[in-house]
Amino acid sequence: MDWGLIASNLVHDTIVFSTALIFASLGGLYSERSGVVNIALEGMMIIGAFTGAVITYAFQDSFAGGAPWIGFLAAGIAGAIFALPHAVASVTFKADQTVSGVALNFLAAGLSVYLTKIIFNGAGQTTTLSSVFGKWSIPVLHDIPYLGHAIFEAYPTSYLAFIMVFFTWYLVFKTPFGLRLRAVGEHPRAADTVGINVKKMRYMAVMISGALAAWGGATISLTTTSNFSHNTVSGQGFIAIAALIFGKWHPAGAMGAALFFGVAQAIKSLVQIFGLTKYVPTEFIFMLPYVLTILVMAGLVGRSNAPAALGKPYDTGSR
Amino acid sequence: MNRVIAVFTKESFLVPLVAIILGLLTGAIAMLAGGFNPIKAYMSLLEKVFGNAYNFGETIRQITPLIFTGLSVAFAFRTGLFNIGAEGQFIVGMIASTAVGVSLDLPAYIHAPLAIIAGAVAGGLWGSIAGYLKAARGVNEVITSIMLNWVALYLANWVMNAFFVPSGQQRSEMIHDSAIITIGWLSTMFDSARLHWGTLIAVLAAIFFYVILWKTKSGYELRAVGLNPHASEYAGMNVNRNVVKAMFIGGMFAGIGGACEILGVFHYQAIMTAQPGYGFDGIAVALIGGNTPLGVVLGAILFGILTFGAAGMKFGAGVPVELIRVVIASVIFFVAAHGIVKIFVKPIMKKKKEGGN
Repeated sequence: MDWGLIASNLVHDTIVFSTALIFASLGGLYSERSGVVNIALEGMMIIGAFTGAVITYAFQDSFAGGAPWIGFLAAGIAGAIFALPHAVASVTFKADQTVSGVALNFLAAGLSVYLTKIIFNGAGQTTTLSSVFGKWSIPVLHDIPYLGHAIFEAYPTSYLAFIMVFFTWYLVFKTPFGLRLRAVGEHPRAADTVGINVKKMRYMAVMISGALAAWGGATISLTTTSNFSHNTVSGQGFIAIAALIFGKWHPAGAMGAALFFGVAQAIKSLVQIFGLTKYVPTEFIFMLPYVLTILVMAGLVGRSNAPAALGKPYDTGSR
Repeated sequence: MNRVIAVFTKESFLVPLVAIILGLLTGAIAMLAGGFNPIKAYMSLLEKVFGNAYNFGETIRQITPLIFTGLSVAFAFRTGLFNIGAEGQFIVGMIASTAVGVSLDLPAYIHAPLAIIAGAVAGGLWGSIAGYLKAARGVNEVITSIMLNWVALYLANWVMNAFFVPSGQQRSEMIHDSAIITIGWLSTMFDSARLHWGTLIAVLAAIFFYVILWKTKSGYELRAVGLNPHASEYAGMNVNRNVVKAMFIGGMFAGIGGACEILGVFHYQAIMTAQPGYGFDGIAVALIGGNTPLGVVLGAILFGILTFGAAGMKFGAGVPVELIRVVIASVIFFVAAHGIVKIFVKPIMKKKKEGGN
């Protein structure tokens, strides 16, 4: 057995599976840094996966290779719009943010399958897409033995995810916008005093969150599954939240945690390929990412890194 | 008469009521957008539920597990915990009762109660995992309980495949007759709808919920911790122990729900490809019921009618059953964002105030 090849495959698959988690956990980062809990990442991913698949389906005959990009863009827009009710509820109406998020998760699960059935004549899933993202090989670099396949042959969305990590880090920690975002999440009263519009910042953060999470969902339907069904996302939005917490609300940390959870998924597919299912029941392999998430969360030390005003609605009149 | 009006114009009653109406309206808009006739759809929903004895009985069957999971979520809410894990607790309750029902041979008066207790304990323990992690490690119970739902699903399939499912089949052996809690004569009355003692147990559970929370010292502590953990700690209560206890009792409710589903309805456990969904609907039930036992029972009746009647909408108006998920989600949303609802309720409240003066 070629261990180099196995390792190379493992890294390759890890990147594939981490992509969606990176996008979604970055999405969560914007929202939570501004002080709004976003448990609706799951629902936003579902909307993204659905919109991406449907729009790509609509354009694949006329635009062929360009269709997935159109679908991807549309997913981002749909995600931002879908996130709006969460912002309205939690910022304007000071609702319980967890409950509002749960409602959006339900809504996404119901609405996406409802619309799928209407569009695809009663079928519970979209037709398999003929045009999805193909892998990009970086010239020269992808010829490096093992390493080339592992890192330099990936979906364009994966490269985009890593660029987005850097971009988010820059935006959140090096620009006035980022300073305001963090101020609103740490001490909204102080931010308000110096003239930052707390509500506007939070609305923007939640909508950016929706767009990024939806992109995460779209990367699944437009790369690995090539269609949308009720179990395309299956809990990855919640794993993304765990990644955000594990990564201490920092873009690089969230990326690291997302890669870690990606390994759990990659092992899942490797185990199936290598026929290890004879020794380990498949059910345990399916359980792995979820068990790992619990263990990681339980093992966290120094846990109070959350933005100070996370989950607290801001009331202009309060002290 | 005035007192009756007073009850029905109370805010705690009006907010859920308006939320339900707004939810149904949202569903209607979604149906119009999809090219369906919402009035016809809602009519066929009601016709499905109340049309004949069998379907009416089956609606009661559908309502029963929702009472259990609703109580489960509501109980944890009272201690300040969001138990999204009722789904998983329900599933482990199913596993435990199937195991007891299939593998033991006992007289009926011991077997059935034992199977239910097994489900309760399994559900309770599963719930207290999330409670323990919250208490001891400060882990957000929402995330752990969601993860535990998935773990429970795969665990159930593994346990079934490894011990109880004959090879090549998709469901376990039948539980022994002595563990079955179906009520034969009542079933016959309702054209063999699957009615069982679980419904009565659900109502008793709601009463138990009330008594333990409002009539015992232990319940006082649980509620105090939910209202203000710091003050409770200062008053000498053990917050962590109460957190685990609340999740255990909440899990027990869901676990009994799972047990009754096996012992009263199916009499076997199938290999699952997706979550059964009662736990998630339980969240909606608890919220709409304001986390009170009576509210939960009423909420369960409403959502039982909606989810069972959804098949009628499909049959009568061609509406995909998922539409009812949209309605339920909207109801949860409007209950959460009750500020929106209050805009609609305000005129009524105002009128009442004027009338009082």
